[in-house]
Amino acid sequence: MVLADYKYKDIIHRCFRCGYCKFPTDWMDVNNCPAYARFRMESYSCGGRLWLIRAWLDGKIDWTDHLAQIVFSCVACKNCAEKCPLNFSDNIVDMITAAKSEMVERGSIPSAVKNFLENIQRQGNPYGDARIKRGEWVEGTGIKQYEGQEFLYYVGCVGSYDTRAKETAKTLGEVLLKAGVSFGVLGNEENCDGNEVNKLGEESLFQMLAEENIQKFKDLGVRKIVTLSPHSYNAIKNDYPKFDGSFEVFHYTQLFQDLIKGGRLNVSGGLNARVTYHDPCFLGRWNKEYDAPREVLNAIPGIELAEMERNREATLCCGGGGGNFYTDFLGGSETNPARIRIREAYATGASAVAVACPNCMTMLEDAVKAEGLEEKLKIRDISEIVGEACLVKRD
Amino acid sequence: MFELGFDERKCSACQTGDCLTRCQYMDIDKDTAKAEMRKIINGEDSFVLHDCVTCYACEEYCKMGNHPFYLIVERQEELNIPPLPKPLIKRGVQMGIPFRGEPTIEEVKEPTLSLGVFPQLGYLTQGKLFEDVSFISTDPRKMFHFFCQLMYLHYARTSVIKERLPGIIETIAKHNAKEVIFLHDECYGTFASYAPAVGIEVPFKPVHLFEYLYNRLKELKDDIKPLNLKVAYQRPCSSRLSSDKYHFVDDIFNLIGVDSEREYVGENALCCAGTIVGQRKEGRRQLAADVQRRNIEDMINAGAEVCVFNCPACFDTLAELVAQRGMRPIYMSDLCRLAIGEKPAGWR
Amino acid sequence: MDSIYKSLAEIVGEGYVSNQPEELFIYSYDLGTTEPHRPDYAVAPRTTEEVQEIVKLANKEKIPIAPLGGGLSLAGLAVPLRGGIALDLKRMDSIIEVNERARYVVVECGVSQGQLSSYLEKHHPNLRHSEPGAPPQATIAGNIAIHGQGDLAQPYGFNSDMVNGLEVVLPTGEVCKFGSCSISPNWFTLHPLPDLGLFLGWSGTTGIITKLSLKLYPSKKIKGVEQFVVEDEELVPEIVYKITHTEMADDIVAFSQAIPPMTSGLHHINILMTADSEKELEFKTGLFWDDILREYIRNGDGGFLNLSSAMKAGLTRRPQVSKASDWKKGGGFEYVGAIMPVETYPECYRRGVEISLRHDIPYTVLGRIIGRSHAMMFSWTYAFNRADPESIRQAREALHESDDLALELGGTIWKPGIYGQKLVMERMDPNTLKLMKKVKELLDPNGIMNPGNWEVS
Repeated sequence: MVLADYKYKDIIHRCFRCGYCKFPTDWMDVNNCPAYARFRMESYSCGGRLWLIRAWLDGKIDWTDHLAQIVFSCVACKNCAEKCPLNFSDNIVDMITAAKSEMVERGSIPSAVKNFLENIQRQGNPYGDARIKRGEWVEGTGIKQYEGQEFLYYVGCVGSYDTRAKETAKTLGEVLLKAGVSFGVLGNEENCDGNEVNKLGEESLFQMLAEENIQKFKDLGVRKIVTLSPHSYNAIKNDYPKFDGSFEVFHYTQLFQDLIKGGRLNVSGGLNARVTYHDPCFLGRWNKEYDAPREVLNAIPGIELAEMERNREATLCCGGGGGNFYTDFLGGSETNPARIRIREAYATGASAVAVACPNCMTMLEDAVKAEGLEEKLKIRDISEIVGEACLVKRD
Repeated sequence: MFELGFDERKCSACQTGDCLTRCQYMDIDKDTAKAEMRKIINGEDSFVLHDCVTCYACEEYCKMGNHPFYLIVERQEELNIPPLPKPLIKRGVQMGIPFRGEPTIEEVKEPTLSLGVFPQLGYLTQGKLFEDVSFISTDPRKMFHFFCQLMYLHYARTSVIKERLPGIIETIAKHNAKEVIFLHDECYGTFASYAPAVGIEVPFKPVHLFEYLYNRLKELKDDIKPLNLKVAYQRPCSSRLSSDKYHFVDDIFNLIGVDSEREYVGENALCCAGTIVGQRKEGRRQLAADVQRRNIEDMINAGAEVCVFNCPACFDTLAELVAQRGMRPIYMSDLCRLAIGEKPAGWR
Repeated sequence: MDSIYKSLAEIVGEGYVSNQPEELFIYSYDLGTTEPHRPDYAVAPRTTEEVQEIVKLANKEKIPIAPLGGGLSLAGLAVPLRGGIALDLKRMDSIIEVNERARYVVVECGVSQGQLSSYLEKHHPNLRHSEPGAPPQATIAGNIAIHGQGDLAQPYGFNSDMVNGLEVVLPTGEVCKFGSCSISPNWFTLHPLPDLGLFLGWSGTTGIITKLSLKLYPSKKIKGVEQFVVEDEELVPEIVYKITHTEMADDIVAFSQAIPPMTSGLHHINILMTADSEKELEFKTGLFWDDILREYIRNGDGGFLNLSSAMKAGLTRRPQVSKASDWKKGGGFEYVGAIMPVETYPECYRRGVEISLRHDIPYTVLGRIIGRSHAMMFSWTYAFNRADPESIRQAREALHESDDLALELGGTIWKPGIYGQKLVMERMDPNTLKLMKKVKELLDPNGIMNPGNWEVS
């Protein structure tokens, strides 16, 4: 393929490689790009990646496994777009995604990415686990199938299949039941939302997933959706409308915020903990929602919220986006951004890290073990913290 | 070339010389007023041309509608007595030059509102109050194609206004709207007062933002909950060009349940002094600081909790000073949004 | 596997050495117009000991080393002109010590400007360093190594004048310390010990700075700025002279640029001040408005802008964000920075406009005052479009002409690239040149340190 066919051919050369994209909002650390934090080679910074993409498309360098690794190590956290001072910056992550697309089209992708995509195509989830197991997490919860209730509770792949994340899926459902919210789930009928597929550049698979989901939702008369994962939230809110799928979509922390304010969720259960909150990229930087989760945590008496130095738009991504919670391109070192994040969380003196995303949950759970801190620092989903506060007990 | 429609017979017939005797910045008695105005009419030098701070107020004070301020500015240019240093004038004139391509013109569905050189204030036009409104000049890169130019009255450059304004009007007119609401009060003044005064035709009807807001609020009457706030209104200089629309300030305040009781109000209002600061005349920086101090003290004495702004230039000049003294700055349209239960961004 | 690669991997770990085409591509480029030159290895060490081992290896195998900080010299100073090892020092990013009372900070060579500014703001808000106009990725060490200047240049001079001590790895692998740190744990003074004129301004050809101590200065609570505008460039030197006489400004920058139109043909003089109280700020502001520059205002020859709080915040923000690279929508710019007598500002400006016009580039010039009008850093900036070879050629030509111009007008080129180095060496006192050669041969007998730079024939 040549540069002339590349979607962003008119702007890919405009990156100056000034390096702002490596920093958080207050410049305190040059490690806010997860891939650059991990590898510390210029090729892995956003600017380096853009220059390499241009060089590849322009025929100056050939495709190699290593190039693919560099391109796919971008986890789409959007720190670069947040920080870039030049006017083309809204497109930066899309420019990298478009390069991923080019590689996907030719089949020139890392094998882990290939597996990820094939699994989703075949079984509707990246793990390759059977579709018929998707709804198993519901057992014993009293959560019902969706049949026209007010909300569709959309769980997502990680919440449906990952052992730890399944706990949060259940707890969230039980809290919603306790608050008297009218909702149902799709169970085995649920399919991947496609957010990671989209960020991995597999455009046709994403379109297929989106269109199928949209049709399913419409057929069922879905109007409102509440998601466990910010990844699902992002795809349904921002990308599904392109395929004629417009729904009122909430991340669950936003719903919790309303329920607490409206007195439908009583979170006065005794909890005493110093907790720090890790902003998920697809709720924070991608969708500018920094307040709802904090308001939920602050509403719980006994919870002391301690912010990490890098928070809100300055957050260091855990590295779980762009399929990396599965492909794990950033693992294998103490410079894994998830491990850096755990060290930062620990430095706040908190006994728990509150997360609002099953991908973050997965990444940070692994990282806390790698850091040897699993006895000192727990990873808790906000749904679990709220669950305790409103006395929804899980064994 | 466009000529100012100034009628010297009106000045001869004037019994009061209000334009100059009521000036808030120069101490002029009636006889001096008549004498100096005569000089100005004759194109001679007068201390008025040197000392005028360009607050626009005399446009309102003149009950003959004879445009004394526009005349003062024309004479300042003719006699080379600009209030500001030349480099600042050159800078201001050059600032209005569009340099980032041509705007995209599309026919708009009315009601339509022009953001002028403030597309970045588009956030002020959200919510129910503006739900059916289309917008002109939303692209910051092209905004100078919609710049009303009237700022150059502070620069003794009516020649620049006259040169550029017809083109600006043409660009707005291409959107094929019969009526255009203007976000910025000065834009309204340009099309409703200045253009007619110098004989420039305006093919659309300018609508004052506050008139639009008032009528829209009446439509949404059932949504209004009285705010019960004490406010101070910061009247911009350009408001002197549309004194017939000034009543909408009180009309809106009455409708939304806010109270405003201050000394520097209406015709006695103090300008923000933003343009006075850099003027050539000795002591202007201190004068500006003094005007601002008196203005803000008056707001405090009136018990204002909130200072309501009309104009972004006033806002840039005074908002922080106002906030430092414990009053919250807010634009009028945002105040109206509060009144119908909406929450403007950044409002606490 | 290549044995050198293996040795490097043993020193720094497999993850921090690469001979892959992707890394070699990236590390072959400067961000300006310098032609790329490919290294054979890209290496990112973490400690001084690792740097030593790498240098010893390079000496043994006669492999060139090009040390790299932020890579923002925009003069190609970190481009591996003879291949070899591109040594990325940014992993060495610890802030070792801040001594509040003696007002200094000790940092490793990879600490970035942004990191230090942020650290001081958070942990030592009464202290600041002189921050250059470069993006925050620029390193402290890289900046002093090229005699950079920052936003305290006017009272305190070049950033390299603010060095209290250095730790250097010599081209033969030994570690040396200069300043009080060589005899005590304190890094508080350079003088009166034997100085380190051997490592600053040498473009990395005499050794690798691994640690340094930098003077810090009082940081006051309120940041103020005034912008004075004149049309006649001849007025700028005298206005600057008057402002510097007050000893009240922190930073004085005069600039003129074609884009946006409002700055074209005009000279904006930024006067930055800091204060601990409104009273102090008003005193300083009054000095400039009402005393020093009053006459220009009265005559209408110059005026202060009425800056809104948002504009002031933008002008006093650290770091300052430059959009120069996007003016040709092309992701590139480069500038000739020259250290010039302040009195040459008018001619520098006029000739800069003329050179820019001839090369179809919107002109951009700037002068930052160093010391009490002792000198200024004057820059001619040329934007180019990376996707357009002709625009790169035009920029390069304009840069070379500007290099010539700086010397013609009696100044000297700051951080010159190869072209500028040649011009400077052509004019240099022959004995000085001979001494430079001797020093280089003494320190670097195998000629491995950033060869191609400052090569005395």
